[in-house]
Amino acid sequence: MSAVMVDDHHHDGPDSGIKRWICTTNHKDIGTLYLWFAMIMFFLGGLMALVVRAELFQPGLQFVDPQFFNSMTTMHALLMIFGVVMPAFTGLANWLIPMMVGGTDMALPRLNNWSFWLLPFAFTMLLATLFVPGGAPAGGWTLYPPLTLQTGAALPLLIFAIHLMGMSSIMGAINVIATILNMRAPGMTLMKMPMFVWTWLITAYLLIAVMPVLAGGVTMLLTDKYFGTSFFNAAGGGDPVMFQHIFWFFGHPEVYILILPSFGVISMILPTFARKPLFGYNSMVYATASIAFLSFVVWAHHMFTVGMPLAAQLFFMLSTMLIAVPTGVKVFNWVATMWRGSMTFETPMLFAIGFIVLFTIGGFSGLMLAIVPADYQYHDTYFVVAHFHYVLVPGSIFAIMAAVYYWLPKWTGHLYNETLGKWHFWLSTIFVNLTFFPMHFTGLAGMPRRIPDYALQFTDYNMLASIGAFGFGLAQLLFLYIVVATVRGGERATDRVWDGADGLEWTLPSPPPYHTFTTPPQIR
Amino acid sequence: MTAQLMTAARWLAGAAAAFSPAALAQLQPYNMPVGVTDISREVFGLHMLIFWICVAIGVVVFGVMLVSLVRHRKSRGHEARQFHDSTAAEIAWTVVPFLILVAMAVPATQVLIKMEDTARADLTIKITGYQWLWHYEYLEQDIDFYSALSTPREQIYGLQAKGENYLLEVDNELVLPTNRKVRFLITSNDVLHAWWVPDLAVKKDAIPGFINESWTEIEEPGVYRGQCAELCGRDHGFMPVVVRAVAPDEYERWVAGKQAEQPVAAAQPATGSSN
Ligand SMILES: [Cu+2]
Ligand SMILES: [Cu+2]
Repeated sequence: MSAVMVDDHHHDGPDSGIKRWICTTNHKDIGTLYLWFAMIMFFLGGLMALVVRAELFQPGLQFVDPQFFNSMTTMHALLMIFGVVMPAFTGLANWLIPMMVGGTDMALPRLNNWSFWLLPFAFTMLLATLFVPGGAPAGGWTLYPPLTLQTGAALPLLIFAIHLMGMSSIMGAINVIATILNMRAPGMTLMKMPMFVWTWLITAYLLIAVMPVLAGGVTMLLTDKYFGTSFFNAAGGGDPVMFQHIFWFFGHPEVYILILPSFGVISMILPTFARKPLFGYNSMVYATASIAFLSFVVWAHHMFTVGMPLAAQLFFMLSTMLIAVPTGVKVFNWVATMWRGSMTFETPMLFAIGFIVLFTIGGFSGLMLAIVPADYQYHDTYFVVAHFHYVLVPGSIFAIMAAVYYWLPKWTGHLYNETLGKWHFWLSTIFVNLTFFPMHFTGLAGMPRRIPDYALQFTDYNMLASIGAFGFGLAQLLFLYIVVATVRGGERATDRVWDGADGLEWTLPSPPPYHTFTTPPQIR
Repeated sequence: MTAQLMTAARWLAGAAAAFSPAALAQLQPYNMPVGVTDISREVFGLHMLIFWICVAIGVVVFGVMLVSLVRHRKSRGHEARQFHDSTAAEIAWTVVPFLILVAMAVPATQVLIKMEDTARADLTIKITGYQWLWHYEYLEQDIDFYSALSTPREQIYGLQAKGENYLLEVDNELVLPTNRKVRFLITSNDVLHAWWVPDLAVKKDAIPGFINESWTEIEEPGVYRGQCAELCGRDHGFMPVVVRAVAPDEYERWVAGKQAEQPVAAAQPATGSSN
């Protein structure tokens, strides 16, 4: 079934040197670019988090000015969300979707090149704000006016950077949809597609729906600041809360943009290592679609304290709670997939299991946050910080790492070092919990988020969190080492790599030739 | 592999122990405060109710998973079954969680309706957020003053030992009577702030150009400390809220003293609308 590859046409291979990467229209090269870009941003964003954790190690101001501290929290979030999780998933989409559906490449290869190459410019611009008068943006990644309008010369750079990121995401999403709908091999019907492809299809629609909303919102900030409009200025007849509605109308679907592809990854990995098909494939597809649909009608749960009418608060509370149902279905299906399987615990499986447990804990705190009266107490405290880091770090980031370990032998043709991989998993898991679990307690005890200094009763748990953060950061150097070592060499991987692996990508050689499925594969 | 499983089991046991009632009691300063109002107690009850429901669901889901992780492994020679669908199971784990959610939503709605009822207040305080201090106006008594952080800079920069109420102390506390329904009108003069006192379960955003409402009825005299909760710039971490609740008669004396202090208010008769 393995497609026979063209190796006699040397002009079909990659260009040599830097030109290969700049001019490439090859989905594998572009996938690699996205993934390395995400890796670099991961360490930069992580460094910023460590500045925050160093300052919070003990009460008092030790290292940085509060304004710079606020810049660090703001930039950390922007980098991790737009520079790490989103590009990493787009990189996975590039590498995997054509191989999973049996297509030759992404449907729109030149657009693909452009959507990647916007990112280095966007992030250069964003990082340049660290050096402009007035300093980097410090109003939080949520960019709430009027505070964000107090930003200095960094504001237009920030806004144009967001525009570029948005363009990149939208083009990437268009490409994913075009590829999935047009490039499937004959016989690859929608309901036969791997879950990763399904979750990305739905994610792509979310991206197209909400990135323009964010772009519009930040453009209104720009005109408020420089062109005398008053969208968010009460004195001119505007309303600062309107920005929050616009932002979270983008922001909540964005949450699912960051997590749905993770669901896809986990749904690919579990069956392989349980040696058993995914339980409830159809219900997984429907659950993903319901989550995406509901994600458009829950946004105001991020802003219960702005003083909405009772009816609005009740609506957003109930719709938010409702999301727990399809999310629960996912978790139950995963457990049922493991149930009575024949499991082994290679690194991708460990990360997948870690994902399910820790993401579920983040889901529980999310459910608690939906309960409006209790949310009044949780809102803007470290409880929220704990919640979203549980769904994003051992959630999205663990899923990305699981995916890298799972497909790296396919991509490179080399097996990674399993012992080091397991070390990386256990160190990451221990430190991620040491970092974020105590934050539940400090938040409940009353520590607001985004503060550079705190009252004495919060000291113990902040110290633990800081130790955990530095440990987690160091553990990621191990990840970098493992990836680099695997790219450069290692034991040869077989085509199938994992004895339980199923899917078209495993029918290709490891590493796959530059162009794959030039002859469409047979689908059973 | 077994060693790793043992590690995992020990870690899970540790996590479970952290949730035991005994551990929670010890961690009391690390849980949500029960607070000193009827509302704050109800909010706490709601918080604990959802928490225990989540724990129960977690025990079931993670329990099943743990059994599977131990028993259904290849190293123990377990062969994979190939089932991959069950409509009955899918319906069950859609309907049961839905019913649990309804059970949570009902009490939450009841508490929320109470919290939103700001009518029939005994006195009204207008709170205005500034970068970075609070301004309090007692609308019926013509009293107003600013309330700013009183922790000395030397403590913040580590030149002096930090005091007991480090960062949670102010020059002028908001004095309120116990057992009176106090309505808050909350707004801002510059950027967003949020006025928050955990013991009162009151947190409301202060928004320039708009006025938000909230209320409290404190049952026990005491000093209750909170902080600005919405990021408001450089000194967001340095604008605490301190409420001193005193018995109504003591409150009357405080009002009289304060009115005598205030140059303008002193010339006018007290309105006396605070009983
Ligand atoms: Cu949300
Ligand atoms: Cu403030």
